[in-house]
Amino acid sequence: MHAGLEQYLIVSFLLFALGLLGVIMRRNLLVIYMSLELMLNAANLALVSFSRFNNNLNGQILVFFIITVAAAEVAVGLALIVALYRKRQSAHVEDLTTMKL
Amino acid sequence: MKYEILPWLILLLPLVAAGCITLFTLRYRTVSALLSIGAVVTGFILSIIFISANGWHPAVGELFTNWLSVGALHIDFGLKLDALSMMMLLVVTGVGGAIHIYSVGYMREDSGFSRFFAELSLFTFSMLGIVLAGNFIEMFIFWELVGVSSYLLIGFWFEKASAGDAAKKAFITNRLGDFGFLLGILMVWGILGSLNFSALHGQLAQNPAALGTMATIAGLLVFCGAVGKSAQFPLHVWLPDAMEGPTPVSALIHAATMVAAGVYMLCRVFFILNADALHVIAYIGGFTSLLAALIAIQQDDIKRIIAYSTLSQLGYMVMAVGLSGPTAAMFHLTTHAFFKALLFLAAGSVILGMHHEQDIWQMGNLRKKMPTTFWTFLVGALALSGIPPFSGFYSKDSIFAQALEQKSHLLLAVGILVAGLTAFYTFRLFFVVFSGKEKSEDASHAHESPPVMTLPLVVLAIFAAIGGFIGITNHYGSQFIAGHETLSVVQQALEPLHSPVPMLIGIAVALTGIFLAFSLYKNATSDPLPAKLGALATWMKNKFYFDELYEATVIRLHDFIAAVMDWIDRWIVDGLCIGLVRGGTDLTGRALRLVQTGNLQTYAFLFVLGVAVVMYFVLVK
Repeated sequence: MHAGLEQYLIVSFLLFALGLLGVIMRRNLLVIYMSLELMLNAANLALVSFSRFNNNLNGQILVFFIITVAAAEVAVGLALIVALYRKRQSAHVEDLTTMKL
Repeated sequence: MKYEILPWLILLLPLVAAGCITLFTLRYRTVSALLSIGAVVTGFILSIIFISANGWHPAVGELFTNWLSVGALHIDFGLKLDALSMMMLLVVTGVGGAIHIYSVGYMREDSGFSRFFAELSLFTFSMLGIVLAGNFIEMFIFWELVGVSSYLLIGFWFEKASAGDAAKKAFITNRLGDFGFLLGILMVWGILGSLNFSALHGQLAQNPAALGTMATIAGLLVFCGAVGKSAQFPLHVWLPDAMEGPTPVSALIHAATMVAAGVYMLCRVFFILNADALHVIAYIGGFTSLLAALIAIQQDDIKRIIAYSTLSQLGYMVMAVGLSGPTAAMFHLTTHAFFKALLFLAAGSVILGMHHEQDIWQMGNLRKKMPTTFWTFLVGALALSGIPPFSGFYSKDSIFAQALEQKSHLLLAVGILVAGLTAFYTFRLFFVVFSGKEKSEDASHAHESPPVMTLPLVVLAIFAAIGGFIGITNHYGSQFIAGHETLSVVQQALEPLHSPVPMLIGIAVALTGIFLAFSLYKNATSDPLPAKLGALATWMKNKFYFDELYEATVIRLHDFIAAVMDWIDRWIVDGLCIGLVRGGTDLTGRALRLVQTGNLQTYAFLFVLGVAVVMYFVLVK
């Protein structure tokens, strides 16, 4: 079966939904972070498919940008998580909440 | 006119000194004292130079610069230059200078030495401002400044609760009088449209009825200011308490200058006062002098006795103004400045010699131990009692002559009675302190004060002795009486002979008073009077219960109003108005706080929810 744009977008949507669910539901900071990356890649997939089916390279260029920025962001984000972990000996979001009701 | 700059310099030098001391030299005691003394002594010298260059009535009667112009209201900042103001310039800077120098000795041990001199200079500036003021507003400003510096100096030893209370009492009591004064000023301005003394004088000279039906009220309201400042009945209660300040302050402010400001002001605006107002003024003055003299008889604190004596003498001056005798009033004011400053300074010397003991029944036999103080005090006491040829005799006699001329026999009788009482209480103090036996350990170890203190005493004693015939009346007379002839020294010395009856009676009662004091107190170790006078002595001792009366009426009423206002403030303003707003804000805040969980994932979830809602509206609707 030849896959059309629609199928690609459905996969992209599923990936995005999974990522979002992960961000909202999971408790471990590292997992939340990976879920975030998943959401970014869902967007990348959508962009690449639009680019392919519309014969326009703009989308692919945008994807390169996203990958670059995401890499930089990972470097910073992971560093923050490591620092937090060293300070609190925990990477669970409940343990990191300091506001009181 | 030559040297127009001099009056400005005389006025501003003490202010500059006060500023310099406060800002720069608080730590350097000698520099501070020199600055302060320098300012006032330079003022004295400059006054003499100015007077010798321009005479007592300079060609230009007023130097001024425009200060304030609002619509029809023009207020100048002016310096009034006439015999009245220049005579007072000499008194304030001269007597003030002596007291400044004396203070170096008296305050030597005090840690607030520099602050004392700064405040003294501030006071001198304010007092010179009153003396030189050319209009009502300017006078009122300096009037209040004098009140402030008096407050500072009475409360100089503010760590003592009684000094703080006395300072507050003096200030608040004065404010009561000032309120009337301000109303009087506004009334005069409202009716005559001018505040300048010369302009007002001209207007009233052209049309004596210019103030119309309000003349008496305006006059009495202005007099209210003098009642406060010169401590006349019923606002006399602050002056004795003001003795909590250092003794030089009592001499400068509460004897020689500030309390005289009320009398000076009355003489300055004498043309405003009509016959009815003068009548009231005369009787209030007479009553105050009698009341204070009676109280003075049964006081035991050396400074309080002299303070009540000051009240009594101020009553004389006010009475003299009321008897249309501003010349006599100013004459007595000037001689009183000499001998009362002298008495206070001598008392200060005694207090210092006695290691800050003020109860006269702890002293005794100080004649041998403090000879200079003894002799100068004697001169002051004789002048105060009105014994010829000392200055007080002449000025008191001129008041009696004025009373006789006005055919006010009741006031003349009061005046003569008070003269007797004055001699009695003065020499009661004198005999108890300087003769008899030592009544305490301290009295046997008393020592004479250093020369820096005794020298001013000697200078003041000379003026207290000869002040009656050195031309003081000539200058005041030339101010108030048209065609006043200048008298030579001999004529002045013989002036009282023009009205021999009151003079002779005056001398007789004074001598009687001294003799009574001598027989009762020569060797007394405790006061024999209470046994003889019974209840009256108790009343005198307790100042006729005026403080208690005011406590029970005015202060009680005031406390009641304050309590009501406090209740309104606490429950209506704070409780209802502020409480409602505050409570509402608080509740809303608490409710909104629940939204902020601080949990990252809740925020993320809400964010997604928000996006979903937006998308629902954008895509589906």
